Amino acid sequence: MDGAHDMGGMDGFGPVVPEPNEPAFHAPWERRAFALTLAMARPGGWNIDMSRFARENRSPAEHLSKSYYQIWLAGLEQLMAERGLVTADEIAAGQPLHPRREVAALPPADVAPMLARGGPTDRPSAAPARFKIGDRVRTRTIHPRGHTRLPRYVRGHVGVIELLHGAHVFPDSNARGAGEQPQFLYTVTFDGREIWGDDAEPGLRVSVDAWDSYLEPA
Amino acid sequence: MSDHHHHDHHHDHDHSELSETELRVRALETILTEKGYVDPAALDLLIETYETKVGPRNGARVVAKAWSDPAYRERLLQDATAAIAELGYSGRQGEHIVAVENTPATHNMVVCTLCSCYPWSVLGLPPVWYKSAPYRSRTVKEPRAVLADFGVTLPDDTAIRVWDSTAEIRYLVIPMRPAGSEGLSEERLADLVTRDSMIGTGLACAPTEVA
Repeated sequence: MDGAHDMGGMDGFGPVVPEPNEPAFHAPWERRAFALTLAMARPGGWNIDMSRFARENRSPAEHLSKSYYQIWLAGLEQLMAERGLVTADEIAAGQPLHPRREVAALPPADVAPMLARGGPTDRPSAAPARFKIGDRVRTRTIHPRGHTRLPRYVRGHVGVIELLHGAHVFPDSNARGAGEQPQFLYTVTFDGREIWGDDAEPGLRVSVDAWDSYLEPA
Repeated sequence: MSDHHHHDHHHDHDHSELSETELRVRALETILTEKGYVDPAALDLLIETYETKVGPRNGARVVAKAWSDPAYRERLLQDATAAIAELGYSGRQGEHIVAVENTPATHNMVVCTLCSCYPWSVLGLPPVWYKSAPYRSRTVKEPRAVLADFGVTLPDDTAIRVWDSTAEIRYLVIPMRPAGSEGLSEERLADLVTRDSMIGTGLACAPTEVA
């Protein structure tokens, strides 16, 4: 979706403000929101692409006014509500009002193995890659209403294939529960002037990682 | 405990909002625990892992080894995921890593313009600025201006190469080894490798800076 999360190239947000000796979390609730989100993925049964879409699929005003972990929280609440795990009236009441669903919590003993395993997204590929390193490609002009990982600022631009990553889970389908539908993934590099025109900083090159269906030969 | 919101410039406004959020998170944890969906002990472990175990020291050891061991550097540039796993760092948000090396000719910077993808296994959780709108919007467009916000100025003839991590590939920058670090042990070299230098918003420290 063309949402406020897709920030590449927007102006007006002001300077980057580094924070010396920054802690991992800035408030006790951030710790809990972080951990709840990680711990609920297994009983909830959603994947990382569904999580990302749940976070980004909100109004620009809401997206820009919430902090990072507030967005995580909103995404978590939405994913749980969609599955009838926890509903808005329960959160308002601060206690369970409806019967629980039969899903198993993540046991403490499974935390380390779960983190160690992570969620690799590489998959066997049935067909050879369509492009090779050095090929010129154009990113397609697409505006899907659902989840996509092709940022607006590179759509319709010509770049060069720099790295091949093999086949990976396709987020656009995985986010809507339509399966992994793996596709070849490439690093595509653009000259700064191709994207930003004469205003580009001299010598700038920018890459995105793009799935096969985002690209066409140029 | 670090319950100070010093990254926030709107204290009064945010305080009421934060306490509202605080209450909401508490309510949520209560409900999820009572429903048996989460085990609070598992939550504690998740927090402990990312507050005390997984952090930029992991990445610093990788870089220090690459600086000291040419064969390791080669393996890291060929297959960073495997080379990093040799040191015991792997797993969540580090499943597929590519290491990119800074040189006098090219300076690499990493961003995620769409969310805040970050190589957790080697750097820990991302700092607030990495997740912020200014960093995510500007890095792909005016990286030199972003570097200036970090007090970093590069020579005009150094090309800037920005990696927008839009997929599950995570990028680790290998900063240039600083002058005067010849003969240092890997452990001492790791002290020179800052988190920001592995994102590309900083440079490795000179030995005199950390003495």
